Amino acid sequence: MVYDSATAVETDTIIRTENTSIYYGDFKAVSGVNLDIYRNKVTAFIGPSGCGKSTVLRCFNRTNDLIPGCRVEGRVTFHGEDLYSKDIDPVQVRRRIGMVFQKPNPFPKSVYDNIAYGARINRYPGNMDELVERSLRRASLWDDVKDKLQASGLSLSGGQQQRLCIARAIAVEPEVVLMDEPCSALDPISTLKIEELMNDLKQLYTIIIVTHNMQQATRVADYTAFYNAQEAKGGKMGYLVEVLPTDELFNNPKEQSTKDYVTGRFG
Amino acid sequence: MTQASQDSSSDAMLEKLKTKPGSTKELFNKFMTGLTAFFTVAILIPLVAVVFDVAREGVGQLGLNVFTERPPAPGLTGGGFGNAIVGTLITLGIASLIAIPIGVLAAIYLSEFGRGTKVAYGIRFAANVLTGVPAILAGLFSYSIVVINFGGFSAFAGGVALSVLMIPIVMRTTEEGLKLVPRGMRDASLAVGATQFQTIAKVVVPAALPTIATAVTLAVARAGGEAAPLLFTALNNNFWSFDPGRPIATLPVLIYFFSIIPYRPQQQLAWTAALVLLGIILIVSVTSRFLTRQKQF
Repeated sequence: MVYDSATAVETDTIIRTENTSIYYGDFKAVSGVNLDIYRNKVTAFIGPSGCGKSTVLRCFNRTNDLIPGCRVEGRVTFHGEDLYSKDIDPVQVRRRIGMVFQKPNPFPKSVYDNIAYGARINRYPGNMDELVERSLRRASLWDDVKDKLQASGLSLSGGQQQRLCIARAIAVEPEVVLMDEPCSALDPISTLKIEELMNDLKQLYTIIIVTHNMQQATRVADYTAFYNAQEAKGGKMGYLVEVLPTDELFNNPKEQSTKDYVTGRFG
Repeated sequence: MTQASQDSSSDAMLEKLKTKPGSTKELFNKFMTGLTAFFTVAILIPLVAVVFDVAREGVGQLGLNVFTERPPAPGLTGGGFGNAIVGTLITLGIASLIAIPIGVLAAIYLSEFGRGTKVAYGIRFAANVLTGVPAILAGLFSYSIVVINFGGFSAFAGGVALSVLMIPIVMRTTEEGLKLVPRGMRDASLAVGATQFQTIAKVVVPAALPTIATAVTLAVARAGGEAAPLLFTALNNNFWSFDPGRPIATLPVLIYFFSIIPYRPQQQLAWTAALVLLGIILIVSVTSRFLTRQKQF
């Protein structure tokens, strides 16, 4: 992928896919994706339903491993290391590439224990109280919950729950945070808070976000990747159309189908 | 169309919306509602009758002595069944120690690793069959395995027989509870770098704990009331025994023997024993519910 914009010079690649295809059994769900994800940038995946954007996202931290019959072909590298080579431990991959899900999914534990969970599992040697506070501050949730750290995570509002999940994800200090439509279950005000949060978080982390909302992509993303789907044997097969700096993708895309999608002609 | 005719036609429409008291449809509706309500109450009749009868007959003898003394000789009054209470607790304890780990671990396999596999289907089917097996066959199983091969009648043999009844109940109910834990909880745990073991031990099982407690309570309540599997495994014992390797008295077996012998005091004691047994099961249910009460997802 070649960029003419100046930003390309100052970025370096953290995740790269090389001709990556993803299968469910015999069915090819995503075909031949070539994509670079840049460090400390927000990359958005957009596209119509069934175009495989979530599937690609989930293959970055090997969450697809948990689906029986799911298989990845081609290479997915993280700092140049092939994530799917035999000697890679998926548990360690997920430690460094965290994830936030579509539906807020706090554990039925206290706010404190929700954050401390990952750290305890990874035998965090430092001060747990500090880690919890720091993570909650980064997720701009500290002021909301500092007086009820022992309350159940499920007692928070939907938007707070999602920020709790973000705090939980960053408490283990990952390098990359994957977000799978993190705002689709939230009201506009909570959505705005999370979008602001993403802008702060990209100083420390690399963020990849799947979104159905094109305005959201223009608001938060430095780069946007457009996926499309075509009819294939056994269902829809997704593929990457193009990835460009967000402004360029929305205002001056190279492909006609991107133009049609971002101007609302289909999808 | 004039204004007037429009009004009259809409009046006719409105008339159709009104109920027609006394119509066949209306009456049938009321009758069926009444029928369902009647049978709902009818279901309660046996339960209430049993509890009431046991309480009425049994409460007269209830005193400290029934908990501390052992049964009187035939025809004599007084005494109690303290040894049978202890015996019931010991056999149930042994049965729980066997059935809970097996049942819960099997349920974890079915729910977390075996979803949709043929093995899981087969095991689930076998468990359902086992639930329907007559209790006396569980006794026969323990008799042929434990009693014959390991030194005769014993509390342990009784516990094994009861555990056969408990395992399918614990397993099936626990599995339902584990399945109710949302998929998102597992995803979230794995996404922060937890192994599958950590995810199950620290997130899934704790979230399903209320259901697991229900499973154990149901199983204990079922096994606690069984006399048939104990008749030729734990046998009976007129004396105090705390040794799992020897025959032991249990409440259901004591109720069975005392209710068929022709002495009034023993029959009275059987009623009281039934009341105490009901009480024990009630206490087990309430405590386990109370201990594991927590917020649902």
